[in-house]
Amino acid sequence: MSEAVGTMDAEYTSTGLPNRKMAMWAFIGSECMLFGSLIINYLINHRRNLQGPYPEELLNIPFITVTTFVLLMSSLMMVLAFTAVERGDMKWGKVWLLMTAVFGLIFLGGQVYEFNHFYHEGLGLSTNLFGASFFILTGFHGAHVAVGVIWLLSLFVLASMGKLTQENALTVEITGLYWHFVDVVWIVLFVLIYLMS
Amino acid sequence: MADDSRPHKAHASTRFYVVIALILTVITAAEVMVFYVEYLKPVLVPILLVLAAAKFTLVAMFFMHLRFDSKVFTGLFIGPLLIAVAIIVAMLALYGAFTGTTG
Repeated sequence: MSEAVGTMDAEYTSTGLPNRKMAMWAFIGSECMLFGSLIINYLINHRRNLQGPYPEELLNIPFITVTTFVLLMSSLMMVLAFTAVERGDMKWGKVWLLMTAVFGLIFLGGQVYEFNHFYHEGLGLSTNLFGASFFILTGFHGAHVAVGVIWLLSLFVLASMGKLTQENALTVEITGLYWHFVDVVWIVLFVLIYLMS
Repeated sequence: MADDSRPHKAHASTRFYVVIALILTVITAAEVMVFYVEYLKPVLVPILLVLAAAKFTLVAMFFMHLRFDSKVFTGLFIGPLLIAVAIIVAMLALYGAFTGTTG
């Protein structure tokens, strides 16, 4: 059989759906379970503190609203990057990919600032149960954002070298699925950690 | 890179995605406003959960293309999500979050 047929067999399942996209959705499903366990850990433990600082003393709603807005807008840029690559507009595809990564970096910068501020206010990973559950939950999310930023920058470099073209739209779509999932997780965390505390 | 040239389904237009982003922004603003309104405190949690669910659904349906894509992908996402939510609710009940007792 020709290599082309072999490639197609490797790419597609008997359902007619792309293998890699199927794998990404299965991965996202497993991530739902991971973040579910971290969320329940936070919800159960964040009020069981023998000593402060307590959530209401530290959480800064206006600041985190701005970083939440930044992450939401990065999702818009991600989907614009995908549509640009899909229609073969690589110039704007690269612009939106880079902007998505930059907005992700701004969000991460906000998280680093917040962690640093909390630490200087006396909240460490082992200070109390609020600190432990908060840092683990938001830290895991931040690590996911960091992976996404590296992934996006890799695609930007490949696109700049001419190795990412309209034919690779599925690659950008799969990257987008990961990025949007990171966004929906934050939609939940923003409400559960900051607004409901 | 591997050739991804496949007949992608037509997705929505750029303007449509911008409108979705604007709706997400408005809902986020509403969440924060609700948080600061004193007389809504008794119903704060259900309101916030509904607003967050709306944002979650919009991103999943349109930015993640579940609205336009195969139902298999929806199942792969919703199945584990429902299990995770069920476990969260069960654990909260186990630890007395709904009765005010401690586990």
